[in-house]
Amino acid sequence: MTIGNVGATGELDLVTGTGPVEEAPEAAKVIQGRSPWRLAYERLRRDRAAVISAVIILIIVVCAIAAPVFASITGHGVNQQFRVIGLKADGFPTGVGGKFPLGTDDQGRDVLVRIAYGARVSLLVGVVTSAITVTIGAILGLMAGYLGRTVDTIVGRIIDVTLSIPFLLFAVALAAVEGGGSITLVITVLALFGWSSVARIVRGQVLSIREREYIEAARSLGAGSWRIMFIDIFPNVIAQVIVYASLLIPLSIVSEATLSYLSIGVQPPTADWGQMIFEAQQGGLYQVAWWFLVFPSLALLITTLAFNILGDGVRDAFDPRADRLFV
Amino acid sequence: MGRFLVRRILQGLLVMWLVTIAAFCLFFIDPSGPMSVARRIGGRQATTQQLHRIIHDLGLNQPLYKQYWHFLWGAPGRPGLLQGGLGRDYYFGEPVTHILYQAAPITFSLAIGASVLWLAMGLASGILSAVRPRSFLDRFFTTIALFFYSMPTFVLGLLLLLIFYFDFTTKLHLAWFPAAGYVAFSHNPWEWVHHLILPWMTLAVVSAAAYTRLSRSSMLDVLGEDYIRTARAKGLTERRVVLRHGLRAALTPIVTQFGIDLAVLIGGAIVTEQVFSMQGLGFEAVQAINNQDLPVILGIVIVASAAVVIANIVVDIIYAVLDPRVRLN
Repeated sequence: MTIGNVGATGELDLVTGTGPVEEAPEAAKVIQGRSPWRLAYERLRRDRAAVISAVIILIIVVCAIAAPVFASITGHGVNQQFRVIGLKADGFPTGVGGKFPLGTDDQGRDVLVRIAYGARVSLLVGVVTSAITVTIGAILGLMAGYLGRTVDTIVGRIIDVTLSIPFLLFAVALAAVEGGGSITLVITVLALFGWSSVARIVRGQVLSIREREYIEAARSLGAGSWRIMFIDIFPNVIAQVIVYASLLIPLSIVSEATLSYLSIGVQPPTADWGQMIFEAQQGGLYQVAWWFLVFPSLALLITTLAFNILGDGVRDAFDPRADRLFV
Repeated sequence: MGRFLVRRILQGLLVMWLVTIAAFCLFFIDPSGPMSVARRIGGRQATTQQLHRIIHDLGLNQPLYKQYWHFLWGAPGRPGLLQGGLGRDYYFGEPVTHILYQAAPITFSLAIGASVLWLAMGLASGILSAVRPRSFLDRFFTTIALFFYSMPTFVLGLLLLLIFYFDFTTKLHLAWFPAAGYVAFSHNPWEWVHHLILPWMTLAVVSAAAYTRLSRSSMLDVLGEDYIRTARAKGLTERRVVLRHGLRAALTPIVTQFGIDLAVLIGGAIVTEQVFSMQGLGFEAVQAINNQDLPVILGIVIVASAAVVIANIVVDIIYAVLDPRVRLN
């Protein structure tokens, strides 16, 4: 049947990545062409784990945006210290329940409110870093793969060097030189070390695409290198770039939290999950106030877990043949 | 093989050289002049007088190419990198190499033990999953892998501390695991292992998760090959087919990935040392930020990068042994 054929070509086009399929004319109502984006979206929608993860991420995003609402409902400001009602007589944090749903921290601040505010930093860094990293990586990968020769050698060597310097150690060094961390520093460090993997993937793809006939055709029509790279080649690697970007978000969130945990990320008193976990460890505080360690850890874990499952679903949606990271 | 080795070592040297340039630029170039460079080197408590001495001693007023030469080769009375010198630590008043000598064995113990565990856990679970795909065991390992893959190292470390150290000791009265610290292997091998079990687990489990998936898919690919069918047709036992014939070919992508992840291992070591208060290289580096004590950090960056480069060469050699094709191109 023709319908099956169209569907099959649509999928085939997606897998080999020959760009968007044009919409079928209105007349042939039954045989409706579906763009690779539409196909990917539909496949993603059928993936139950991915949909649940997307919902969880949505909830986290809403919590982050509505963080002030948490503050006003509880009546506890994000950096407000409740030294009388928030701390017990012996100076230790008060536990779960009562006025503080998730307990307080060492300074009598509301853990729930701080977790909600902490989501802002995590999501911001995760998304922004991933976008920047992927952009730099895609551009350099395109250039290295298409232009070849000197550009390829230079980019290749820089990739070697970035892969040889342990990124966390470099972050430590940079924080020391800069005299403390900041959100900009965190994003810079993560992007500086993240792009090389993206560049390697894109470069590999471009190497095979540039030998195709349509690239030769473009060249013979007089298209310049930049035009060929960004108009003709780029649309064919964009699916992979998106997949990588979605898997990069949880990685960036973990890295951001790690930098904060090492006190070289976002500086206090900004509410941040990594920072909270660090504070919980100070003086073995988690031993008397487990909630102070466990709740920020859970927030972090649920977020990265949701993003990883969703990212895996996105990968599967764009390229069903690829081996999934997680079934 | 000889030619392959030489080329690989030369590549490694080139990367190392680029690392020294990157490190030099980061630490010794500052638009606001030599005074601010000296302030980084001198430590938090340095006086203006000391800073001027540092500028004089290290020649921070000289042109950059001269400074770089001094950094790389050394100046009279001050051996550079190529002579094994990493400069002087002004904060503690001793050569940086002394500090590194004390810290390096701790990080090394941590990294070696963790990577053995990590590969063992990743490979074993991956192979078991691949031998019976979609079985209960496969799904079980997949879930576990996804869980730990999403787990930040420090969260796992602290949760292990909370459960295995704190809860075990106070609630169950089982003092099985110490909270922190490090005992040298030469001092007491048993205590060495005892103190390192939780840090090893922390570092290994998080990284093993990705290897479970990697070795599963790699093993599944290999088990579909014709020669595996031949091996089975010869009447070999399944164990021999999988572990002798399959594993060798399945290992190559894992070895490559392991080479890439070595730099990540050092990063994980920094976090793990922080969680368990082990005074290894990473711990010293983080400590040095608070003291504004850059010579130590510079030394650790160079040493750790060198370790990664050397380990990568070793990995490539193993790769060449496993897969003879790479020697040729």
